Amino acid sequence: MSILGTRVVRTEDPLFLTRGAVYTDDLTDERLTGALHVTFVRSQVAHGRILSVDTSAALEAPGVVAVVTATDLTDLAPIPAGFPFVDKAVIRPWLASDVVRFVGELIAVVLTEDRYQGEDAAEMVVVDIDPLPAVVGTQAAARDEVLLFPDVGTNVYAAFGEPAPEDFFAGCEVVVSQRIVNQRVAPVPLETRAAAAVWGEDGRVTIWCSNQGAQAAKMEIASWLGLDPSLVHLITPAVGGGFGAKIGADPEFALIAQVAKIVGRPVRWSESRSENLVGMLHGRAQDQVVTIGGRRDGTVEAYSLVVDQDAGAYPRLGVVLPTLTMLMAGGVYAFAKVHAQARVLGTNTTSIGAYRGAGRPEATAAVERAVDLFAAELGMDPADVRRKNVIPAFDSPHTTSMGATYDTGNYAAALDKALEAAGYADLRAEQARRREAGDVRQLGIGLSVYVEITGAGGEAGAASENATVEVHPDGTATVLTGTSPHGQGHATAWAMIASDQLGIPLEKITVLHGDTDLIPRGGGTMGSRSLQQGGAAVHQAAGELVELAKKRAAEKLEANPEDLVVDQGLAGLAVRGTPGVGITFAELAADEQLLVQTTFSANGPTFPFGAHVVVVEVDVESGKTEVVRLIAVDDAGTILNPLLADGQRHGGFAQGVAQALLEEVLYDSDGNPTTSTLADYPFISATELPSFELVEMATPTPMNPLGAKGIGEAGTIGSTPATQNAVIDAVAHLGVRHIDMPTTPMRVFRAIQQAQQGGN
Amino acid sequence: MQVSITVNGQQRTDEVEPRLLLAHYLRETCGLTATNIGCDSTSCGACTVVVDGLSVKSCTVLAAQADGAQVTTLEGLAGSDGELHPVQAAFRAEHGLQCGFCTSGMVMAAIGVLADNPDPTDREVREGLEGNLCRCTGYHNIVRAVRTAAQAGPAAGQVPQAQEVVQ
Ligand code: FES
Ligand code: FES
Repeated sequence: MSILGTRVVRTEDPLFLTRGAVYTDDLTDERLTGALHVTFVRSQVAHGRILSVDTSAALEAPGVVAVVTATDLTDLAPIPAGFPFVDKAVIRPWLASDVVRFVGELIAVVLTEDRYQGEDAAEMVVVDIDPLPAVVGTQAAARDEVLLFPDVGTNVYAAFGEPAPEDFFAGCEVVVSQRIVNQRVAPVPLETRAAAAVWGEDGRVTIWCSNQGAQAAKMEIASWLGLDPSLVHLITPAVGGGFGAKIGADPEFALIAQVAKIVGRPVRWSESRSENLVGMLHGRAQDQVVTIGGRRDGTVEAYSLVVDQDAGAYPRLGVVLPTLTMLMAGGVYAFAKVHAQARVLGTNTTSIGAYRGAGRPEATAAVERAVDLFAAELGMDPADVRRKNVIPAFDSPHTTSMGATYDTGNYAAALDKALEAAGYADLRAEQARRREAGDVRQLGIGLSVYVEITGAGGEAGAASENATVEVHPDGTATVLTGTSPHGQGHATAWAMIASDQLGIPLEKITVLHGDTDLIPRGGGTMGSRSLQQGGAAVHQAAGELVELAKKRAAEKLEANPEDLVVDQGLAGLAVRGTPGVGITFAELAADEQLLVQTTFSANGPTFPFGAHVVVVEVDVESGKTEVVRLIAVDDAGTILNPLLADGQRHGGFAQGVAQALLEEVLYDSDGNPTTSTLADYPFISATELPSFELVEMATPTPMNPLGAKGIGEAGTIGSTPATQNAVIDAVAHLGVRHIDMPTTPMRVFRAIQQAQQGGN
Repeated sequence: MQVSITVNGQQRTDEVEPRLLLAHYLRETCGLTATNIGCDSTSCGACTVVVDGLSVKSCTVLAAQADGAQVTTLEGLAGSDGELHPVQAAFRAEHGLQCGFCTSGMVMAAIGVLADNPDPTDREVREGLEGNLCRCTGYHNIVRAVRTAAQAGPAAGQVPQAQEVVQ
């Protein structure tokens, strides 16, 4: 029986559970002996002109070896916007010396013998800043009264799409419109960012840093520092979560390398959580306007989504997130007309990047809210409106009006499975009973049906990834991958794929990743791409290795290559129909290196889909919500290891519920963050979640031989709107139409009050 | 100043700064890096260890305060033959960890939960672990792991040397 599709426990866990994985800050590499500690001095002002940076007192402090400021980095070109459509004048200084544009912007680098000395000395760097009015939020940015880059003349960094034609909703019997805030959240991987660097006598720099793809991070750092990429060796140690926020490199990583060069010693840095909450990319941050129109029978005829994306101060991935939101705007629906348009605006806040789903959760949240608003306006059951409008089941590509080509899908079936597992009719009956009785704890039932795009990017931007498989003479095997696991379990999963084809047991297969000297190319782990591209590459490499082995074995066994088959028990090849006559891969490897390096190219991205039902109880007196059930159908095609896939779903659900109910990064009107510690940022805890109810559904994709779609982000995409819809549903009978996320007790309470005073 | 601390059963004496946190003492002085640091506000629990039978956030304790104490970290749980502690084994069996960064603290806190309540319900596990944050697992499999570990009996709530752990 094949190991594929079975619940295999992780091979990496014994180490994680007994000694702990080695994260960047845990490194004891001898090249880092005597490393100096880096402490960054960051702006405490959101927008202002720097009058002076006085490092004299800090330089006298115990243990201080150097304090680096902008004047020490004049030979480095500033960091470009990095997107061709963004004005070239939008550049980021390595260390600010003129204008600061967000709280957390880098101003100086303090290098000390030990960690505690760095904290002391950083406080002694005196930065005098003349404040300017801060731009907070997209509405203020759009007014262009205060400009982040006066030379550019506007805060609009980019614009995509055109306004909807004036008659877009003409002929609709019902049109509903709503402003929706898809709030700014913090990714908060449990491991903050960390890096270390040392220059060798050969002129090469070795950089260790916490990231989601060593190869891309290396290229970015090399280009920023003006180095030939061959001079950069980047190593990714164990990574304590990324969620999109560790894609690529951060300027801090490059600075670590640069200051190591300046002081001529190895250096290391790991940030505090409060530094992380202002310094690491945030996610989401879209202001949306949805308009949905159609017939009284529940048929939607036209849907429009207009997005203002907050980019934060400097362009990062946030600049392109709305293009994904636009692509997926119509979701699972066969709406006759779909329109989407977006602007990207600079503000005096932390930059926005990818966060679990990156642009697609925002699309799903908008359309799933819109469908509920439409259903509420018509007085129809939201499940019925969804059923009426979803794209019918298809197993050959379906191209949407936004230009996405969905591979396979059966959205109505996913919805029905979820409703059935939830006991939807009973839930509605219980809801009616509580409404009738005027209970304090009202029941809310929220739905979402989603489709998302995964595996859109890859190695060198194409939907491809490389893998190397080598069998050694001692019978062990090594797999090299360009993906970059940070919790996903590739060491186990990729070994399963290789083992399935070679018969070599899991414990004899080592999976390596994240070292650019060893694995020069790779697309990293992001966009739910790893299994469908990286896993498929391992599958292809192992298959090619078998073919290579057959050619070599044929001579030795005096057989036709076509007569040779893999003998799982032997971990080698046998002559068909002649049991016992064969040769192991190890024996072949003893004669000549047995190694295959290959690149797998997918036919295209895949479109996992599903349906979530969230049941909440809302206390109408306090506004407090409790999530009591979360039922999820997440169809990610063929599942390689259900244990791992379910784990991805669980984590995604939690982050979705977190956004819907609790989490938000807040700034005051001067641009000061007010959620910059974990005591202030309401990171979701175990008490705020139920155990989840998972329903299986697997519709394979033809895009890769594994039949796999991405599963990393689906949970978040489905659970966010289902939870928000559930909260609103719980109080809908009181006249509430919409509550923005996070649906905190205060917001729910106010929405009820406003509704009862006749407006919402 | 000098501190004398028994770490995972081994007594050691070190010269430390008075302000050195126990978390940093364990990581940097003892080289025991399984104990992680995830915040600076006593919020995440990644740094949880067992001190004299109590599960404690080691970022809130000075090494100096642990002078004379018995400290157990994740590294001190498995038997010398490599046999996993029941909580470690259950975390593996139930896939209670992904990136692993919260895991050391989660395991140490879970031992505390089980010491306090040898057969907790899901809700009790969730409440017991409220001070331990995980971004990866959604807590689902962590809760399962703790309940699975409970089936191993009293050993699940103890650290080696038969120290009782109290929450
Ligand atoms: S590091 Fe100790 S509670 Fe977060
Ligand atoms: S496993 Fe990653 S934070 Fe818990």
